[in-house]
Amino acid sequence: MGSFEYYKPESIAEAMALMEESGGKGVYIAGGTDVMVLIRQRKLSPGCLISLRNIGDLAYLDTSSGLAIGSGVTHNAIAKNDIIQTKYTALADATSKVGSLQIRNIATMGGNICNAAPSADTACPLLVLDARVVMAGKNGERSVPIDEFFLGPNRVALRPGEIVKGFEMPAFNERTGSAYIKHTRRQAMDLPMLGVAARVTIRIDGDQIGCRDALCGIENISDILKRFEDEKLVCEDVRIAMGVVAPRPMRAKKAEGALKGRVISEVLLQEIGEIAASECQPRDSIRGEAWYRRDMVKVLTKRAILRVVDRIIRPDDTIWPERLW
Amino acid sequence: MKKEITFIVNNEKIAIEADPKWTLLYVLREVLEMTGTKEGCGYGECGACTVIIDGQAVNSCLYPVMEAEGRNILTIEGLMTKDGELDPIQKAFVDEGAVQCGFCIPGMIMSAKALLDRKPKPTEDEIKESIEGNLCRCTGYVKITDAIRSAAGGR
Repeated sequence: MGSFEYYKPESIAEAMALMEESGGKGVYIAGGTDVMVLIRQRKLSPGCLISLRNIGDLAYLDTSSGLAIGSGVTHNAIAKNDIIQTKYTALADATSKVGSLQIRNIATMGGNICNAAPSADTACPLLVLDARVVMAGKNGERSVPIDEFFLGPNRVALRPGEIVKGFEMPAFNERTGSAYIKHTRRQAMDLPMLGVAARVTIRIDGDQIGCRDALCGIENISDILKRFEDEKLVCEDVRIAMGVVAPRPMRAKKAEGALKGRVISEVLLQEIGEIAASECQPRDSIRGEAWYRRDMVKVLTKRAILRVVDRIIRPDDTIWPERLW
Repeated sequence: MKKEITFIVNNEKIAIEADPKWTLLYVLREVLEMTGTKEGCGYGECGACTVIIDGQAVNSCLYPVMEAEGRNILTIEGLMTKDGELDPIQKAFVDEGAVQCGFCIPGMIMSAKALLDRKPKPTEDEIKESIEGNLCRCTGYVKITDAIRSAAGGR
């Protein structure tokens, strides 16, 4: 391992100047939980490391209108944020399941996204939450939808020298909820064999949700769904995203189209799961075989949407989402 | 290439000449010769190298030493008092028989310490979350979580 310099710039401009000075041989490092491993494995030999950890402009977390998160915010800070837990729950689900607590204390969401692993846990929630990626470059800032940001495994739409400044998500109404399900063999320190996120906005025809009593119980959500008379619980808007089933995290757009505007029922969700499974292109890997992944997409898509509906109609249970699953 | 950096380890101010490519773990073990912190995998998978930086449990094998500048680091060596009294968490690990080969224990204890400093009365889930990044290959985790619970006074 050759030696290298380690720079600690305090502004984005300074960091970009250092990158230019290095002639593109420098590597940006944020939390370092990926970069340090690559260096140790000798898969990466940087000319210099340019740390983004001390840049105040990357460490914001603003929930005043919608959600704006700086790329330098750690997973743990996101997972523990009250507003993200209640309004952007899929993101809290994902960030609280990455690696271990030690990793989450230093790993940043910007790093997770820029590394662009097909298995990046935060990618699916950002896809369903309509996030835009804000990038800072020599010619100022620009932003793209997260769907256009991923180009392939470990490839993103960053131009040389550019830095991801943060992520912006719109505000959603209170009839909207989201969830991310990470399918793993063990509960911690594992990459997902499969990840599915969903965001649903429901419309309740009539003034109120019927069957209030049922909502206080711990009954399974699919049992509760049956109690709704048919035209009551309509899916007004939906996003479904899947990770590890394609070279890049992807949206299940056909499945979304098939669900939008229709009454949510268990039978329909079964169909939606099958459409989502037909859209993905999983492959065999050490973590799971393609046929299994495809089958699990069916199960997890349905489960994720049910969990979202549950969170919307029984919001108190967002404190304990695991109780019901 | 070496740069002088200063930081605090176990309440002691330390200045060293550091190579920018070193990790904090390397400096702790090889430069400061504090070998209580263990190197297991070196990839942030096992948690044997866990130390507490500014109150947060962190894998020191992934932590560039240059980022340690000006920070407050607590290692397993810093838990025992000057007159040789063990920390309550260490005592609990001994009393509960939570230690077999012992290799993972410094990391386990630092993770538990970070939790109990932040939350003296943790729930069962919080205890499990705190050590989810610490692998023990001898046995299970029951006695270890027992020890943490006992250290928190919750028996």
